[in-house]
Amino acid sequence: MDVLGRYRNLIVLVGVLFAQVLGLAVQVKRPSDNEPTRLIRIWAAGAVTPMEKVLVWVETSTRNVWHNYFYLRGLRAENRSLKQQIERMSLEQVRMSQDADQARRLQALLAFKEQFISQTMAAQVIGGSGSEQSRVVFIDKGYNDGVRPDMAVITADGIVGKVLESYRSPSTSKVLLINDQTSGVGVILDKTRLQGILRGTASGEVVLEKVMSDESVPAGELVLTSGGDGIFPKGLLVGRVTKVGSGSDLFLNIRVRPAADLNRLEEVLVVTKIDQRQALPEQTGAARAVDILAGRLPGVPSKPENAEKGDGAASASSEAKPKTVSQPPSAAMGAAAAAKTPPKPVKAVVEPTPQPAAEDSPH
Amino acid sequence: MAITYTSGAQVEVYRFSIPATVLIPLTAVFLQAWLPLRFHLFSFFDLPLLVTIGFATARRSPLAGLSTGALIGILQDALTHHPIGLYGISKTVVGFGASSLGIKLDVENAGARFLLTIFFYVVHEVVYFMIARGLVGLRVAWNWPHEFLSGMANALLGVFIFLLLDHVKQRT
Repeated sequence: MDVLGRYRNLIVLVGVLFAQVLGLAVQVKRPSDNEPTRLIRIWAAGAVTPMEKVLVWVETSTRNVWHNYFYLRGLRAENRSLKQQIERMSLEQVRMSQDADQARRLQALLAFKEQFISQTMAAQVIGGSGSEQSRVVFIDKGYNDGVRPDMAVITADGIVGKVLESYRSPSTSKVLLINDQTSGVGVILDKTRLQGILRGTASGEVVLEKVMSDESVPAGELVLTSGGDGIFPKGLLVGRVTKVGSGSDLFLNIRVRPAADLNRLEEVLVVTKIDQRQALPEQTGAARAVDILAGRLPGVPSKPENAEKGDGAASASSEAKPKTVSQPPSAAMGAAAAAKTPPKPVKAVVEPTPQPAAEDSPH
Repeated sequence: MAITYTSGAQVEVYRFSIPATVLIPLTAVFLQAWLPLRFHLFSFFDLPLLVTIGFATARRSPLAGLSTGALIGILQDALTHHPIGLYGISKTVVGFGASSLGIKLDVENAGARFLLTIFFYVVHEVVYFMIARGLVGLRVAWNWPHEFLSGMANALLGVFIFLLLDHVKQRT
């Protein structure tokens, strides 16, 4: 007993350390079964996030009052500049809408399924983890607001991360940033179309992994989401390649600068709903019955070069060579999509002869 | 006034009121979670660690020191996405060590506090590094200059925090 009394402090220390190491080992062994620690995490969030919410509310209100009522210097000039910008963007929009129409027609041809962000929720970043080893932030929207684990979190500049946990009370969620070492995002390079995995490092940098060392990746190339991770829809801006070096093994060491400023996050968008839909034939603007009919009817073939070889050879050649069909290319594409059959070469390769009457024909 | 005697030296033992015992660590964890978002450089500091050292050296009770360290560490762990216990174990060790050393040494002057904080900052980082690498399998980088500079920065801040804690501690 005397020995126990003498070494009481040490025994308690060893006991407390042993209990924590045991708990740690259980969590590492069964990372998916986080129910025992979930309660502690909810309590911790409940203790800290209300203070953060109050502070962020005071900060935002003060800033709004200042910017909306007092600090209005240069507002007229800014207004003028924004109007000019709107005019420029309107012109650009016309051009882009034409491009989008064309893209939709091609997607319909390929039965391509697109992912659309159909619903987002604005949220305010209220706090972080307080650890350099754990790059997570807390937002002021939780389970009751419709936030669920594995939802994508983005800003207007680029992607931010994904929701790890969402709590009912307090209404808050934990978001894992893309520069955390446990994070992984499927990405694709904009021009070279190389795919890889974006990961964070221990120092908070972002690297692109799994790009073979024999590939050429220029610095400055844009990095977009590939949609392969099932979290982020395809085509969202991730960042830009800053440095390319030879890495270990067979892969390149590519550093990426995230487009969103992950160190100064204030407002983010949680993607609460992603639609996956196919480009509709009517969106192609040319799925007319008359076009379908025109596609199926025999056209007037150009005279085959090897006509002397017989009828069979001639018909085979007529499939391989361009035919003169009075049908605009868009109509042909729409016809192929509507017929739900693979487009015959005759439809894919046509000489464009505009026929407005066919375009305006009723179904 | 209760005085403890260790190796012939007179050492004063302090205590903290219940509101201070609860609110000060909570505020430290809250500020640690909030300030780096506004001032990124603040991520160099570890306010909960400084509070752990401050409480432990003032109370001079190893049991109180290790339990304070364990609770603050677990609270800090709960805000991360890593398993709970990484900061818990590190701060338990620091709380125990700081309070044990507080019995032997005079930690009332700024110089001693400065050196003590650097020492325990490094101890904390070493323990964290070992557990993170060995038990959890995290890729944690170790950089001596960075750790030493962070230790200096924390020690400087620690001196001021200990001065603030001096105002709320009460003699037993």
